[in-house]
Amino acid sequence: MAYVEMDTDVAVVGAGHAGCEAALACARLGLLTTIFTVSVDSIALMPCNPNIGGSSKGHLVREIDALGGEMGKVIDKTFIQSKMLNKSKGPAVHSLRAQADKAEYSRTMRRVLEQTENLWIVQAEVAEILAEDQKVTGVRLCSGAVYHAKAVILCTGTYLKARCIYGDVSTYTGPNGLQAANYLSESLKNLGIELYRFKTGTPARIDRRSIDFSKMEEQFGDERVVPFSFTTDPDTLQIPQVSCWLTYTNEKTHEIIRGNLDRSPLYSGDIEGTGPRYCPSIEDKVVRFSDKNRHQVFIEPEGLYTNEMYVGGMSSSLPEDVQHDMYHTVPGLEHARIVRNAYAIEYDCINPQQLTPTLEFKAVSGLFSGGQFNGSSGYEEAAAQGLVAGINAARKILGKEQIVIDRSRGYIGVLIDDLVTKENKEPYRMMTSRSEYRLLLRQDNADQRLTPLGYEVGLISQERYDQLKEKIQLIQEEKERLEHTMVGASSRIQEVLKRYGSAELKTAASLAEILRRPEMNYEHLAPIDPDRRELPAEVVEQVEIDIKYDGYIKRQLKQVEQFRKLESRKIPKDLDYDQIPSLRLEAVQKLKLCKPISIGQASRISGVSPADISVLLVYLEG
Amino acid sequence: MFRSDTIAAVATPMSSAGIGIIRVSGEEAVSVVEQIFCPAKKGKKLSEQDTYTIHYGTIVDGEKVLDEVIVLLMRGPHSYTAEDTVEIDCHGGVYVMNQILQLVIQKGARVADPGEFTKRAFLNGRIDLSQAEAVIDVIHAQNDYALKSSIGQLKGSVLRLIREIREEILYEIAYIESALDDPEHISLDGYAEKLRIKTKELILNMEQLLKESQQGKILREGIRTAIIGKPNAGKSSLLNALMGEERAIVTEIEGTTRDTLEEQIRLRGLTLQMIDTAGIRKTVDRIEQLGVERAKQVMEEADLVLYVVDASCPLDENDKEIIALLQDKNVIVLLNKTDLTEVTSKEQMRELMDKPVVSVSAKEERGIDQLADKIEHMFLIGEVSWNDEVFLTNIRHKTSMEHAKISLQKVLESIALGMPEDFFSIDLMDAYEELGKIVGESVEEDLVNKIFQKFCMGK
Repeated sequence: MAYVEMDTDVAVVGAGHAGCEAALACARLGLLTTIFTVSVDSIALMPCNPNIGGSSKGHLVREIDALGGEMGKVIDKTFIQSKMLNKSKGPAVHSLRAQADKAEYSRTMRRVLEQTENLWIVQAEVAEILAEDQKVTGVRLCSGAVYHAKAVILCTGTYLKARCIYGDVSTYTGPNGLQAANYLSESLKNLGIELYRFKTGTPARIDRRSIDFSKMEEQFGDERVVPFSFTTDPDTLQIPQVSCWLTYTNEKTHEIIRGNLDRSPLYSGDIEGTGPRYCPSIEDKVVRFSDKNRHQVFIEPEGLYTNEMYVGGMSSSLPEDVQHDMYHTVPGLEHARIVRNAYAIEYDCINPQQLTPTLEFKAVSGLFSGGQFNGSSGYEEAAAQGLVAGINAARKILGKEQIVIDRSRGYIGVLIDDLVTKENKEPYRMMTSRSEYRLLLRQDNADQRLTPLGYEVGLISQERYDQLKEKIQLIQEEKERLEHTMVGASSRIQEVLKRYGSAELKTAASLAEILRRPEMNYEHLAPIDPDRRELPAEVVEQVEIDIKYDGYIKRQLKQVEQFRKLESRKIPKDLDYDQIPSLRLEAVQKLKLCKPISIGQASRISGVSPADISVLLVYLEG
Repeated sequence: MFRSDTIAAVATPMSSAGIGIIRVSGEEAVSVVEQIFCPAKKGKKLSEQDTYTIHYGTIVDGEKVLDEVIVLLMRGPHSYTAEDTVEIDCHGGVYVMNQILQLVIQKGARVADPGEFTKRAFLNGRIDLSQAEAVIDVIHAQNDYALKSSIGQLKGSVLRLIREIREEILYEIAYIESALDDPEHISLDGYAEKLRIKTKELILNMEQLLKESQQGKILREGIRTAIIGKPNAGKSSLLNALMGEERAIVTEIEGTTRDTLEEQIRLRGLTLQMIDTAGIRKTVDRIEQLGVERAKQVMEEADLVLYVVDASCPLDENDKEIIALLQDKNVIVLLNKTDLTEVTSKEQMRELMDKPVVSVSAKEERGIDQLADKIEHMFLIGEVSWNDEVFLTNIRHKTSMEHAKISLQKVLESIALGMPEDFFSIDLMDAYEELGKIVGESVEEDLVNKIFQKFCMGK
């Protein structure tokens, strides 16, 4: 039988947030790249919440941008409201979140793909991964067409054997009724890849004309919008924003839910997938937090050119009639018209411990994967992995060493390390508490942390890199100047200190010392700092943070030093753990499964004790 | 692991006899000892002395002289560990060694992990390849032992208290973290004040614990003495007899969790930590089997074994099995029930095992004095010493508690300074980890689990 046969360097399977970043990275690094999607109209689709960023996820977007990814630029062009979360808290946990115009976001990303050289979009379902001797050779489509490829990146999101469920209604479709991918799972199993079944869900969408906003609290965006991308000029972002709305469930809502739990597929056992604890359905919340008599509900616009509103906080898989009744108990939603029902979705994903920290399968050379397929959740988590998988697939083909971002360099590193090292039993979500060194991994310094790497990889331009170097130099110089500029206890200075409720100086002090006082900031010092030169706001911000939190930052830097020592002790790929005397059986099993690349990674595997690590160290030295 | 920080430990057995050596190794070894060593010959400081030199003087804690000592200075790489190493030879005595070790820790060293000197020696290339396996075994054996004993030595009430404190700290961290991760659902308004009150309370608890550890009240101490034998050999009545004579101080009974009974008794000024075990015999009964297994384990860990033999019965298979297990242990054989017709004799026992044999009658409380003599003798000649780990454990625990307390004090400072809430959790986490070292629990997924369990997150 005749069939189409094509050559490509890289085949990317799926064009969601992971697939787009992966394909863009490969194409930009000069490789012929083909991206497959079941629907070209659904590229970079946001099938759940209409926002990008949020606590720790905002960090991820910043890091993606710093490395040369696309997500930050696209959301800067398509946001309709933006907020810096946790502003009253420390700089480490400031996090940007923007409401997106979903359709615009998707269209804009598609346009970027279409305008990228070397990148070709194909609408088709990939049915089979082709491999010889555990080395990937390409993909076969449902049509029978074959694409020979040097590397394949799997970014299938929630589409593998997807099944959407509410009440006793279930359809074998991906999100939004899109076609599921039903063949690939078998092909992966044949390659010896272990699959998990995960579950997630989304709330209903309601027509805004049927909502009574007078019963809700209006939630505004920030007055001054901060960009996600380090390349976006903030002045271009100060546009009119739309509002979100806050309302609450009540006892009546909960009564309806409790009265119908037996009809929920989650409780009847019809759903077997493992759902995320951090993103519980409303029925889950009512059951697990029965002492709470109300839960927050955020009503968020899905875009400027649609009436659809997202009902944040009320995802569900209850039957349609129960959904109607329950939404109608919420103040402002009494007459709500549902456009799309809430549903739960089950899908196949992998046990990510089968991946190396570069996101390549240990068992199949040249096969990479990223995104929800790896057992994560969230657009940002997906994009971050897609970018890393893309960079590494390209580097593998180009004969360069693959990159690993370690836990001390970025949330991306924490995310990937957690996925490939720890046992993961639910869709993984980024959280700031997962990062040990979060004072160093701030969203404001993502460029300093990762742009040099992006430049080295080839995704950051010379111009952007030079700008960063200049910024870093300005920061250094200003920090040193403040540390070394001494001021005496003059009446002029005491007066300034008094103005801000700060204790008077007894002896001379450096400007940095004064700045370290919690009540003082860089601006306050202006009158007693005549030598100050005009500096860009982002430089001042860095100077201020570095000086103010110097003590804590130094503490974490010291911890990082220890951490890196262990990370740099590499473990040979072919190490035979069975041959190591005295290693406990449990440790042997865990180590064989995970095949850690370094002593550091080994030490984070649950079930591997410090004594096992000592043994390993001694053995490796021997 | 790759730490080049400075470690210290007592390098000789902690017994009442002989000279004791405290070894300090690492970058700051010399400067640590310098702070507490007062050389007899004034002039050069310890750090100005040449390598391979010996110095005579005293160890001082401020004004207080602790002991007269000789200090050996060996600079890296020509030392056992290939690091700067200082050895303090003191007059021994458990109390003094303990004091000096604590002082060294106070000045910046840390208690060495089991096998750590050897490990460093190996990693620094001082031990050759052929010894690698032996090193691995040492590390493992010592680690297992330390881990077991470290938790095993904690009194149940102390263990519970530390776990409670940890639980409370974790709750606070989880609260802060969930609010950071989900600021729109969980508010931190007014939280700092609540945390301030809670932290003060926790510090008070820690101080109480520290006081108790100072007085040595938090560990089960003494010569770990296992009483073993066949069922009905008279083990329990022997224990009763021992207690009866000395008006035993019963501190704690844990019969509910393990079927060995533990009591502390004092005998001629020695503290014995008595562990009564289930009778050892071949059995098909599952529960009894478990008891027997445990008895064997207790025997393994004991410093001294009192093997009770029923003199009114002939020896059988079970006795032979027990005797085989006891060959390389410190054992006193007690021929019990000598008030009845003697079937098994002293001579018979001596033939079977080369251990002291004492005839007793627990029922008539005869022979107890001879037993006490024997134990005292074994201790004085150093044949039996109590477990050194108790002291090390105590110091490790104290260090961890002190660190935890300091971390909690930093939380108070941060609150007073008006720092943002995310800074509180840095120090809270440090305190949590330090206390985890005491109870042998690591952090792993605790925090994330707690966040999901206690707090309803958004979306």
